[in-house]
Amino acid sequence: MTIPDYTTLTATALAAKIDSGSVSPTEAVDASIARSKAVVAGSEGLNIMLWTDNDLARRDAAALADGMKRAGKGGRLAGVPLAVKDNIATLGLPTTCASKILAGYVSPYEATAITRLREEGAIVIGKTNMDEFAMGSSTENSSYGPTRNPLDVRLVPGGSSGGSAAAVAAGIVPVALGSETGGSVRQPAAFCGVVGVKPTYGRVSRFGLVAFASSLDQIGSFGRNVDDAALVTEIMAGVDPKDSTSSSARVGSYRDQYLSLASSPMPLDGVTIGVPKEYFPENLDPGIRSLCERSVDVLKSLGAKVVDVELPHTSLAIPVYYIVAPAEASSNLARFDGVRYGMRAAASSLREMYAETRSIGFGPEVTRRILLGTYVLSAGYYDAYYKKAQSVRELITRDFRNVFGGGVDALFTPTTPTTAFAIGAIADPYEMYLSDIFTATANLAGVPAMSLPIGRVGGLPVGGQIIAKHFDEATMFRVAYALESALGGEAHQ
Amino acid sequence: MAVTQDDVRHVAELARLAVDENRLDHLVAELNGILQHMDVLSQADTSTVDSLMNVPVDSTPLRSDSSGPLLMATPRESFAPSMKDGLFIVPRLASHEDASDSAP
Amino acid sequence: MTGKYEMVVGLEVHVQLKTRSKAFCGCSTSFGDTPNINTCPICLALPGALPVLNEKAVELATRAALALGCNLHPVSIFARKNYFYPDLPKGYQISQFDQPLATKGSVKIDVGDGERSIGVTRVHMEEDAGKSLHDRYPGATAIDLNRAGVPLIEIVSEPDMRSSKEAGAYLRTLRQILQYLGVSDVSMEEGSLRVDANVSARPVGQKELGTKTEVKNMNSFSGVERALEYEFTRQSGMLDRGEKISQQTLLWDANKGEARVSRTKEGSHDYRYFPEPDLLPLILHPEWLNAIKASVPELPADRKTRFKDEYKLGPEDIDKLTATPAIADYFESTARDSQNPKAAANWVMGEGQAALNISRKSFDEFPVRPADLAQLIKLIGDGLLSHAAGKQVFAMMVETGKPAAQIAHDSGLLQVGDDSALDGWIDEVLMEHPDEGKRYFAGEKKLQGVLVGFVMKKSSGKADPKKVNQLLASRAGAG
Ligand SMILES: [Mg+2]
Ligand SMILES: [Zn+2]
Repeated sequence: MTIPDYTTLTATALAAKIDSGSVSPTEAVDASIARSKAVVAGSEGLNIMLWTDNDLARRDAAALADGMKRAGKGGRLAGVPLAVKDNIATLGLPTTCASKILAGYVSPYEATAITRLREEGAIVIGKTNMDEFAMGSSTENSSYGPTRNPLDVRLVPGGSSGGSAAAVAAGIVPVALGSETGGSVRQPAAFCGVVGVKPTYGRVSRFGLVAFASSLDQIGSFGRNVDDAALVTEIMAGVDPKDSTSSSARVGSYRDQYLSLASSPMPLDGVTIGVPKEYFPENLDPGIRSLCERSVDVLKSLGAKVVDVELPHTSLAIPVYYIVAPAEASSNLARFDGVRYGMRAAASSLREMYAETRSIGFGPEVTRRILLGTYVLSAGYYDAYYKKAQSVRELITRDFRNVFGGGVDALFTPTTPTTAFAIGAIADPYEMYLSDIFTATANLAGVPAMSLPIGRVGGLPVGGQIIAKHFDEATMFRVAYALESALGGEAHQ
Repeated sequence: MAVTQDDVRHVAELARLAVDENRLDHLVAELNGILQHMDVLSQADTSTVDSLMNVPVDSTPLRSDSSGPLLMATPRESFAPSMKDGLFIVPRLASHEDASDSAP
Repeated sequence: MTGKYEMVVGLEVHVQLKTRSKAFCGCSTSFGDTPNINTCPICLALPGALPVLNEKAVELATRAALALGCNLHPVSIFARKNYFYPDLPKGYQISQFDQPLATKGSVKIDVGDGERSIGVTRVHMEEDAGKSLHDRYPGATAIDLNRAGVPLIEIVSEPDMRSSKEAGAYLRTLRQILQYLGVSDVSMEEGSLRVDANVSARPVGQKELGTKTEVKNMNSFSGVERALEYEFTRQSGMLDRGEKISQQTLLWDANKGEARVSRTKEGSHDYRYFPEPDLLPLILHPEWLNAIKASVPELPADRKTRFKDEYKLGPEDIDKLTATPAIADYFESTARDSQNPKAAANWVMGEGQAALNISRKSFDEFPVRPADLAQLIKLIGDGLLSHAAGKQVFAMMVETGKPAAQIAHDSGLLQVGDDSALDGWIDEVLMEHPDEGKRYFAGEKKLQGVLVGFVMKKSSGKADPKKVNQLLASRAGAG
């Protein structure tokens, strides 16, 4: 039998059906595969999935079914199809970061986050398209062509995790994994009208996430609603002995907290939400502004105390980000040299092998950032650029510390300055960088942040961003869940 | 600070990237275009911080010496571009003297 | 002509730490295994892999830094040293840079003209690179990454050495200290100790340093000394000719006995150091540091002084007997058990060392245990074994590992000292040699030796010659 409402079913609902036996893992996987075929067959083709192995997915489903028979129950994601960004190491499927330089590379080990999700019954159904090495905000920088926005194929889905956002928006999977360095989950979530979460830096293990900028990278989750995204975050969260930067701070049950308040008319009673004026500039799209104002009113109506706050160094986030991230990237991407794995260009000398492999293997944006990052680290420029940027980064972090120290529990802002733009519309690199203007700050400060749909402008989704204290995902989800519930259908109108 | 052609050549050399001469001007312009936006940082007053001098609280976690190796699902040959007798093979270096560079 | 100039040397010594697993992954550090067998996603730098620091490596590095009298920094930071090389998998080396583990230590050396203190600028932790085999396949370089990620400490000295002899003394002293600490195998042959030298020449009396060159690729301490002499002579010649010395790296060729300029372009070394974001700072807590301090064993210098006071040994003997912790420990237990340090020293340096030179073993793996050697020394001291017989017994102990007394008894080498047996032999000898007997008792005392000889012969060496002499003398006195 098929699952009629598969494309709208949440992960928690699907897992419940599978756990109760009314749906089998194989049926869930087949439904996902069918939907995947359907959207690819669309006139334009969305180009969401880079790598799939249907037989492998079906084998995993069968194995899970056997396991459930023996155990008498499934995990919290029993049989839930999961789409994974192509920069997260998976067994049996390629992990190429949408780059030619890793063409055909299959990781011999698995990311910790994947292991934890599979232990709860999730089934990896494929690897999703992305900006090469997560460098981009539109998924146009993929060596396998751009992904198209399922809501309007002329538009980008955002990026760099555009494939995963689109996979959820297109109904291929209820939940998906992306990665964040400067907004690569929240921005595409906003553009595709889904929920996207960037946990606190150190909350989710980076082991198996191909590094772009190690001090900023975090694996994040996409869901059709807050609850699903929170569940996936909760499962991935927690210290990992394989990642020295993962935190041993305890992980509470995010879901228990907001679900216990679900019936309350004032679920945000006692919560103070700050609205930073720097995130509402003059030139902000009026439609986005009014949707944010509506959400703020809703938050008040839910019992939240709303206050105006200042994050004075916000405007410096993009300059800081585009020094720190490329600097770390220039070093992280040095390992792609054609010696031990991945692509190798034919060459007669070692020098030629390096230069040819890396010039052919990396696309223009990656090349640009490696050059930029190498420059800001090179002798004579380190202090003026990298060191200075790290100091300003500390100022940005203090902005948040001051606001949260002053009794504010969470911040509410727009996720992006615009809605999804047309494929090919933005040519200037720096103009493209500015689409991370409201998101990069959370990565620089390491605080948790998420985007959820708060309405539409011109038929296109708009994301509202909620930012919380370090390791206070619980409050972030509490606010998001309450807002989502209160907005109801309006979130998608 | 404006990036020059020589800067780009030097940086490309350091990063082992081949940039052909006729794209050099374009790259110089592009990098300068980006870097000009970074100059605002020089005006930021960071006298109160030196992020690299922050006194850290947690030490980097330590691993037991007897923790075994991480196993691999597939052999090295499955992903290596070129292997012989278990060794990774690369084109011969211009001179082994460069080998001295490998001494850490 | 080089008398006009003074050599100024600073040394950078890389030492492999004796850990079971690598610095940042669980792979084995064992030497000489099948190529690349000891590699994993982390030391192969596979996409997504991350480093986690080895506790033992920190412990050994700290112990070494403490023994060199360094200040240990409560906070040290790992950085990335970025450069491309096929045996450097990540494209960067994780190494401590501007905030190293320890600074400001010293090593005391003595090249005959009294003790000198050589400054240790810093001790920092880093990881080793792999091996590039350039001559294995034509036109290709083969990469073995078994060594990649093995923990190292780099010990950087001040430019305090003024001759190749001092450099040699510094290196030998340093190696001995590290050996005593048990932090490394310190074998230049196996590459667990490597030396780079910075050398410059300046006119005698001149304060400021001349331009230095770096000499690499030496594979023995004597090689280092020769390389330094070679380079110093070259620089002195240039100074004489008024030529300008350029800062460069030279590679020592032990076979040709010359140093060639490395063809790697200068300035191509822009390592773009920045703090390693995959690791947090390393924090040494005081309690932990004290525990390590307590675990630092007695160092060569202290042991030498103690051997002098406790065992009253001469300087040459002390140097020999403290050369390695193994020989020093062996000597000490033997001396204690036998309560005869002098004899113990002679046996250890003599027969013992000789036997080991043949078997190419070290004292800690010597079949003859100190207690057994002590027993042998006692047997000789008590006159139950002649020194000659003792040497035979020792040889058999080396072969069989059996205790001295047993061997001495089974082989019948124990000396006979009871009068009745000796008198019996003396009577027989006097009967067989009546002429010598008469002349002896008539007063020809010099014949006593001859008669004793006959007795020893008759007893096939078992008779105690001291006693035989006494008995003959007393008979002569009586007669
Ligand atoms: Mg070094
Ligand atoms: Zn390893």
